[in-house]
Amino acid sequence: MKKTYKIEVDCANCANLMENTTKKVEGVANAVVNFMTQKMIVEFEEGADPKSVMKNVLRACKKVEPDCEIEL
Amino acid sequence: MTKKQKKMLVRIIIAAILLVALHFIPVTGVLRFVLYLVPYLTVGYDILLKAGKGIRNGRMLDENFLMAVATIGAFALAIYSQSGDYDEAIAVMLFYQIGEWFQSYAVGKSRRNISELMDIRPDYANVERDGKLEKVDPDEVEIGTVITVQPGEKVPIDGIVLEGHSSLNTAALTGESAPRDVAAGDEIISGCINQSGVLKIQTTKEFGESTASKILDLVENASSRKSKSENFISKFARIYTPAVCGAALALAVIPPIVQWLLPGMTPDVGDWIYRALTFLVISCPCALVVSIPLSFFAGIGGASHEGILVKGSNYLETLSEVTCVVFDKTGTLTKGVFEVSGIHHSKIEDEKLLEYAALAESASSHPISQSLRQAYGKEIDRTRVTDVEEISGNGVTARVDGKFVAAGNGKLMRRLDIPYTECHSVGTVIHIAIDGEYMGHIVISDVVKPHAKQAIEALKQAGIKKTVMLTGDAKKVADRVAAELGVDEVHSELLPADKVAKVEELLGAKTVEEEPSVAKAVNEKVQQSEKTVKAEKRRAGKSSKGKVAFVGDGINDAPVLSRADIGIAMGAMGSDAAIEAADIVLMDDDPLKIAQAIRISRKCLGIVKQNIIFALAVKGVCLILGAVGIANMWLAIFADVGVMILAVLNAIRALRVK
Repeated sequence: MKKTYKIEVDCANCANLMENTTKKVEGVANAVVNFMTQKMIVEFEEGADPKSVMKNVLRACKKVEPDCEIEL
Repeated sequence: MTKKQKKMLVRIIIAAILLVALHFIPVTGVLRFVLYLVPYLTVGYDILLKAGKGIRNGRMLDENFLMAVATIGAFALAIYSQSGDYDEAIAVMLFYQIGEWFQSYAVGKSRRNISELMDIRPDYANVERDGKLEKVDPDEVEIGTVITVQPGEKVPIDGIVLEGHSSLNTAALTGESAPRDVAAGDEIISGCINQSGVLKIQTTKEFGESTASKILDLVENASSRKSKSENFISKFARIYTPAVCGAALALAVIPPIVQWLLPGMTPDVGDWIYRALTFLVISCPCALVVSIPLSFFAGIGGASHEGILVKGSNYLETLSEVTCVVFDKTGTLTKGVFEVSGIHHSKIEDEKLLEYAALAESASSHPISQSLRQAYGKEIDRTRVTDVEEISGNGVTARVDGKFVAAGNGKLMRRLDIPYTECHSVGTVIHIAIDGEYMGHIVISDVVKPHAKQAIEALKQAGIKKTVMLTGDAKKVADRVAAELGVDEVHSELLPADKVAKVEELLGAKTVEEEPSVAKAVNEKVQQSEKTVKAEKRRAGKSSKGKVAFVGDGINDAPVLSRADIGIAMGAMGSDAAIEAADIVLMDDDPLKIAQAIRISRKCLGIVKQNIIFALAVKGVCLILGAVGIANMWLAIFADVGVMILAVLNAIRALRVK
């Protein structure tokens, strides 16, 4: 399952960091962060609950980039 | 400007004013330090906080950390050397923040500019409820609902016009500035702007399935498909930052130790730390990381403004490497509809001849009689026609205004024993005889698109080495069209499966071709110098790297579209199949757009390369200068912020291609 989230991030490198971090979160099969359109496309693993996974994603992203925002 | 940016701007201005003002206050010692700390913290407190958080979260080496260490280091050096020169530390932080602010502003602005170019998203739909027009969310409109579009509004959902007529501005979809007229019964696609009259439209699709939504979805997701250059840069950044930090640490520690160990030298700790700090400031990878996706985004945005939809940065990259373009004939280079292309040897006025032919054929539903009627262009008065007799495989005879008209092929003329003139043109020929006398003939053929010849020329100019035309049509027709357009190679009488095979051959030929061409070169130019052969070899070797693009109308060539390196579908407005199968979609069916798309991709990739080389070169030089102690913090700030600004400005150029 794929879902798209609106994000807020200031720098392109930070967007790359968010992408790499999100990919490592449990339940995420793949993730693409698009800095230009300020969007994050997350592909979830089968059986994963997007809501709880995204909570972890947000927490992990805040760690690498305290300024970032993900609209859940 | 966003709220965040405004706040930052205020902080930058206050800090700058304070910094200047402090020069006029003659204080020394601790008080001086405390006073200088005020502008420093005003402009940089968030960086320090973020650096602190980074350390706590186990992420040491980000740019906040770099800036915090560099500026605190500069403060420490000023205290250590008792110079009281705190300007540098504050200036570095100030310029860094100005750079960040500019980056966020420029990137945000260009993002909005590009998004505006693609602004075809309708905000609402007008639905009539209880005799009143109500604005509703287009998402809530069900299929079959009647919506009203006022002049100046965007058509929100695909549908069929029930009432009214108007001209539509399709520029946002096709890049075409000429308006398109619609009237009741016409299909209408979302994203067009209604210019003159009120239209009532019955929707045929849901909002999400409508053209505008599909295109937006496609373009917005395009920059998510990352190109090789983008992947290279993000990998590069991952190695680069730690490497530079390591180097900076080494620079601060190793030379002083060496100096300390060597007899007769005093370790110059302060100087080496300063160099290491300069190193850190230069090292920020932002210029690269931001400018490359921005270039692609601008390229994709600029292209979509011209009605060229690119489905991903990677496709833009591949398109720029195309050296061979393969065309499907019908619908791509030719209009795919039969039109009267000539009237020859006519003994009466051409108009009159056409009128008789159209009238005689008026009862027939054959495509040829349709094209005759279309060419005639006026209302057909059936009462003028009597005694229609269709002779299968030959043509028609009828009485028009009492005259006996025979319209058909050569067989019909022979059958009626009328001497006729053979036609040399290619196409379907209709001979016409009136009252037993031969009056001339009309040629009907598939016409070449007005820009097709120009398009082939433009491709040649853009450096495309080979153009190939594939068609299922007869050899005679194909050869004539190919000769007219100046296509290099033509393959005719192909079935759809043969087209795939031909394209595969071309894909494979890129490597196979090398041998004979070199051999030929050797044979032909035996007397010529070795050099020429080598050049030939190099050229052939290079062309083997080139990519093959296939251009089709997307109707029955989906397999070929997906087999080629790049599939380009034309005239795809409203055709879902083409949008699915192709990598690049041309909204209108003008073949000139192909050359334009290639130019855009080349320019975009050129800019990407310029930015990579420019940023790496400037940073490299500054790093070396910093290491040997020539570059100071000011130069370092330029290497970071200046390069980034220039790279961003350069990236924006990708938006505009003539």
